[in-house]
Amino acid sequence: MNALLSPADIDAIWLTLKLAFTVTVLLLILGTPLAWWLAHSRARWRGAINALVALPLILPPTVLGFYLLVAMGPNGPLGRLTAEVGLGALPFTFAGLVIGSLIYSLPFVVQPIRDAFIAIGPRPLEVAATLGARPIDAFFSVILPLARPGFLTATVLGFAHTVGEFGVVLMIGGNIPNETRVVAIQIYDHVEALEYTQAHWLAGGLLAFSFIVLLALHTLNDRQAKR
Amino acid sequence: MNKAVRSLYAAFLLLIAPMAIGGEVTVAVASNFIKPIEAVAPVFTKATGHRVRISTGSTGKFYAQIQRGAPFDVFLSADEARPARLEDEGFAVSGSRFIYAIGRLVLWQADAHHDIQPDVLRVAEGGRVAVANPVTAPYGTAAAATIEKLGLTAALGPRLVQGENIGQTFQFVATGNAAYGFVAWSQVSLNGTLIRGSGWLVPADMHPPIRQAATLLTHGADNSAARAFMAFLKSDAARQIIRQHGYDTE
Repeated sequence: MNALLSPADIDAIWLTLKLAFTVTVLLLILGTPLAWWLAHSRARWRGAINALVALPLILPPTVLGFYLLVAMGPNGPLGRLTAEVGLGALPFTFAGLVIGSLIYSLPFVVQPIRDAFIAIGPRPLEVAATLGARPIDAFFSVILPLARPGFLTATVLGFAHTVGEFGVVLMIGGNIPNETRVVAIQIYDHVEALEYTQAHWLAGGLLAFSFIVLLALHTLNDRQAKR
Repeated sequence: MNKAVRSLYAAFLLLIAPMAIGGEVTVAVASNFIKPIEAVAPVFTKATGHRVRISTGSTGKFYAQIQRGAPFDVFLSADEARPARLEDEGFAVSGSRFIYAIGRLVLWQADAHHDIQPDVLRVAEGGRVAVANPVTAPYGTAAAATIEKLGLTAALGPRLVQGENIGQTFQFVATGNAAYGFVAWSQVSLNGTLIRGSGWLVPADMHPPIRQAATLLTHGADNSAARAFMAFLKSDAARQIIRQHGYDTE
C-alpha cells in the first residue's frame, strides 16, 4: 500500500475524511431545524431563504471561494469578528475549510431533509398530539423515523460532496499539509508536478469511493421503499 | 436585391474583410505573463494583421493539455524545462524554443509606503507569507531558493501558504490574508517602479534564474500567424514591452 500512496497522500486522505465528517455532523445539527422551518413556515421570506440555501448548487466555487477569502480576511466582516473573539484569521486553516464547506454542502443536506418533512405532512404530528405526545417527543419518535430516507440521503450527499470539494478549498486553503491539503488538492498537485502515476492512484480511489457511496445510497433507499 | 439589403451586405463584407486577410494564432500563456502579452498582442496585430487568441493558466496544466492535443499554436511557458520536454516528445517544433523573458521576484506587501527589507521576515509572529507552489510553479521554486539563501527555511516553514500559481499568490497578499508574499515583479511594477504596495526586489543572484521559454507547438507548425508571432516576440518592439513589464530579456 505504501508504494502506491505516499505518506503525504495518506495525510491528505485523513484530512479529507476529518473535514467531511465534521461538516456532515454540523450540517445535520444545523440543517435539520432549518429544513423543518422551510417545510412548515408560512413566512413571506421563506422563498428567499429557500433560494439562499440552493445558491451553492449553481454558484461557481470561485465565486464562493473569492467572497469567503475576502470576508474571512483581516479586513472582511467575518475576519474582524473572528479576530475580535480571538480566533484569528480563518483562511488557510482547518476551521476556515469547515466554514467554507458548511456553505458549499448546505443544499445537499437541507434539501433532502426538507423534502422528507414536506412529504410526511402535518397529519402524523396531529395524530401524535391527540395521543398526548409533546411536540419534541413526537418529533423524535414519529417524524425522525418517517424521514429516515431523507436523512440518509442528506448524510451521504453531504459527506460525499465535501469529500469532492475542490474549488473553494483551492481558493481559501493555501495548500498546507495536515491543515488544508485535501485529496482533491493533492491530486491537482500531482498532475501539475507531472506525477501522473500518483495522481491515478488517488483519483481512481476517489472515483471508486464516490461510486460505491452512491450505489450504497440507492440500494438502501430502494430497500426502504419496498418495505 | 434592393438597396438596403445591398448596403447591409456591403457593410458585412467590410466587417469581415480584416478577418479574411489576417490569420489567427492561439497562444497558451503562463499566468505571470498576462499583462505583457495583453500589451504585445495589439501591437503584433497592428503590424501583421494577424489576430491573437490568449489562454492563460499554469505552466504544468498547459503542459499536460498540450500532450493531449490541446489546440494551441504557441506556448509561452514560465520555465525552460517544459517547452524542452514538449520538443523532445514531438509536441513542439524542434529547435523553435527561445527565452522570451527572464522573470524577477519581489518580496511584496499590499500596504504602500513601507520600506521592505528581507529582515521583515525575521520578525516572529509577523503573519503569513505566501509563495507559489515550489514544486510546480517556477516563481515558487525561486521563492523557496531565496528563503533558503536567507537562512529562513525552518523559521518560515509554519507560516508559509502556497498559491496554486503566482496569480493566486498575489491575490492572497492583496486581500490581506497573507502579510507578505513572493510575487512576480511584473505583477506590481511598470517601467521599473512599483505601482502598488511595497516591495523588495530580490537580487537576481539569490535564486536560479526564472528563464521563461516560448516554443512553437506542432499544432501551429503550419500556421503562418504562429510563425509570425514567434518572430515578433524576438523583435526589439516586443522586447521593449516585455522589459517595461518587469522582465529581463536575453
